[in-house]
Amino acid sequence: MTLPWSRFAAPATFYPLAGRLIPIFWVLAAALILTAFYWGFFETPDQLGGSNAQKGYYRIIFIHVGSAWMSMWLYGMLVLWAAVGLVFKTRLSFMMANAIAPTGAIFTFLALWTGAIWGRPSWGTYWDWDPRLTSELILFFLYVGYIALHSAIDDSRRADRAASLLAIVGLVMVPVIFWSINCPDPNQCAALHQRSGLGKVDGNILFAMLTMTLGFWMYSFATTLMRLRGIILTREAETSWVQDLIRSEGRPA
Amino acid sequence: MKPLMEFLAQGGFAGYVWSAYGMTLALLVIETVSLRRQRRAILARLSRLLRLRGTEDHRGDQP
Repeated sequence: MTLPWSRFAAPATFYPLAGRLIPIFWVLAAALILTAFYWGFFETPDQLGGSNAQKGYYRIIFIHVGSAWMSMWLYGMLVLWAAVGLVFKTRLSFMMANAIAPTGAIFTFLALWTGAIWGRPSWGTYWDWDPRLTSELILFFLYVGYIALHSAIDDSRRADRAASLLAIVGLVMVPVIFWSINCPDPNQCAALHQRSGLGKVDGNILFAMLTMTLGFWMYSFATTLMRLRGIILTREAETSWVQDLIRSEGRPA
Repeated sequence: MKPLMEFLAQGGFAGYVWSAYGMTLALLVIETVSLRRQRRAILARLSRLLRLRGTEDHRGDQP
């Protein structure tokens, strides 16, 4: 096969490419997150009135929504690479899935943490077995389960296959989280998460929210690629290109 | 000084807002630092392994 994408699927080719991309993603992540922070705290209204009054704590929305979206998106990406690995038997795909999991688990935890802290002042409780909260918690356990199952199996190829299957089965949780709203109309009932659309959000708040999400996304690229490079080095340690690389990096420049 | 104090107070919700942002910042920083450490550890381990093997080969060469 001479398609360019299959060339990049070789760890030896992807390793230096990832090394060049990482600093770019760091710069983008820092710029976007700082912009979103500034915009969210200084360019948005202090208080939101109307029927659904929100006070100062609504600013948690910028990291809460961003990390919740990333938790679902990263899980989708993890499953995509796991499935590609199972179908095409490409080593790099499994490594990619492995590299995504810890960052995904962190964002899932952050979505739960920021949600709990937001819930206390607005709903009077840190936690409730609301469908969306419960399904997000299960997503967190799926990430942890994937990581634990993979590290429990010594043979890395068997670990890849077993953990990938778990991840693929767990994908059912993502649409459940997305559509888990038991209150279609905020005027009829008071559920923790209500149906809303991006068009209903104030422009400045929406801008900060989307910029923060984009920043988290770039951050995820940076950390995932860093972790991927570590996994490549560890798993390909016996190959000549890694040994050449270690020899040249070990020498003082 | 007053605008800063007002900003930090977050309309009386300082504890909520800053513990949410604080946890986010802490986890992202911890992840980054641990990834950097991990990379150094992997490189150190692999180069030690390579050096060790190099000396073994050398010994093997001698009659």
